[in-house]
Amino acid sequence: MKTIDARGLSCPEPVLLVKRAVLEDEFPFTVLIDDETPRQNIIRYASNNGHEIQLTEQHGEYEIVFTK
Amino acid sequence: MDKKDKIAIILTGAALGFAGVFLMLNGNPANMGFCIACFLRDIAGALKLHSASAVQYARPEIIGLILGAFTISLATREFRARGGSSPLTRFFLGFMVMIGALIFLGCPLRMVLRMAAGDLNAWIGLVGFVLGTYIGALFLRKGFSLGRTHKLNAFEGAILPALQIPLFVMLAIASPLLAFSESGPGSMHASIWLALGLSFAIGILAQRSRICQSGGIRDLFIIRDPHLLWGNVAIFGVALLYNLLTNNIQVGFYHQPIAHSQWIWNIAGMVVVGLGSVLLGGCPMRQLVLTGMGNVDSAITVLGFLAGAAFSHNFNLASAADIYQEGTNLVTGGGTTANGRIAILTALLVMLAIGFVYTKRQIKPTVKQ
Repeated sequence: MKTIDARGLSCPEPVLLVKRAVLEDEFPFTVLIDDETPRQNIIRYASNNGHEIQLTEQHGEYEIVFTK
Repeated sequence: MDKKDKIAIILTGAALGFAGVFLMLNGNPANMGFCIACFLRDIAGALKLHSASAVQYARPEIIGLILGAFTISLATREFRARGGSSPLTRFFLGFMVMIGALIFLGCPLRMVLRMAAGDLNAWIGLVGFVLGTYIGALFLRKGFSLGRTHKLNAFEGAILPALQIPLFVMLAIASPLLAFSESGPGSMHASIWLALGLSFAIGILAQRSRICQSGGIRDLFIIRDPHLLWGNVAIFGVALLYNLLTNNIQVGFYHQPIAHSQWIWNIAGMVVVGLGSVLLGGCPMRQLVLTGMGNVDSAITVLGFLAGAAFSHNFNLASAADIYQEGTNLVTGGGTTANGRIAILTALLVMLAIGFVYTKRQIKPTVKQ
């Protein structure tokens, strides 16, 4: 599974990387982020576009898996 | 959660729209109840970084906004010192955004407040702001990035928020170390406790909702997400309503408070503000909030704003309000300066160059198979 490391990137770069992966149909893929703002942005993007995700948190970092 | 987020962003915008008119009615300058660029420029004057005697005052609205965001991010454990994402480039982007704002005479927040008071020059400025944001969004789509931030010692992130306290103390005791305007916009202000309290509350709301004025338009272009735009709509709606109720609407291009009617330069100024804000990852207000959250890159951007404001006045780049022949709409003075017009075009070219440089050097995300 592909992993996109979006940790430490400015807004809105993480969600743009996710969008690129979605457009290139790279499902399933994982996104790593380390901030609350991209977490909200990515969850909202997934919800607005009907994607299924799984979110896990570890030590203030998040791993979001896009399954489809 | 989405509904809660939406309420938060609308509430923050509403609070900003309310504060923008309320603080004006309580002493702040006309259509300048709350303005990030103007107030940072006033702080630069209070610290004697420039000597424009009409715009020197340590605005507690800036202090409160940073401290509100700082306090809530400590409470919610979101305070994280981080930085190292092209700091000097960010400094100069902040510097140029401030030049743009002072050409137009306002940041995105004052632009919306002016729009809500019927100032059509601000609606012209909006065209520039949207255009600048669109150009920034094009760079982002092509992979523009100023690079990753890294974790830093918490002390580093707390420096600028902590410095707000001695600044406020010096303001509260009217320290002779600070300059205080005796006339002009800098002499007009609401009570310091009222301004501090209101902006502190807004700092908390802004941190929670992540309101961003350039982000509102940018996200429409890049991910068709109107979420952040609701903040701008709420600022405008509440300020418009409050202005209607207090009879503070005057529709037109001429005789607008602290504004000029040179439309081409109003557009150019706001193109630079919009583009710079997108390249920086957020509007001037968002940079203050991120500073409160420990983002050292944003703190450096804020220092860039202060330096840009000082240079704007020291080198005669900032515009002045239109001056009219008495009883007519004939403009006889004020507006932009030759230095300002050269500076804004230079700033636009430099920003485009930064856009191209950092798009070519984009970071590839780590991708493991």
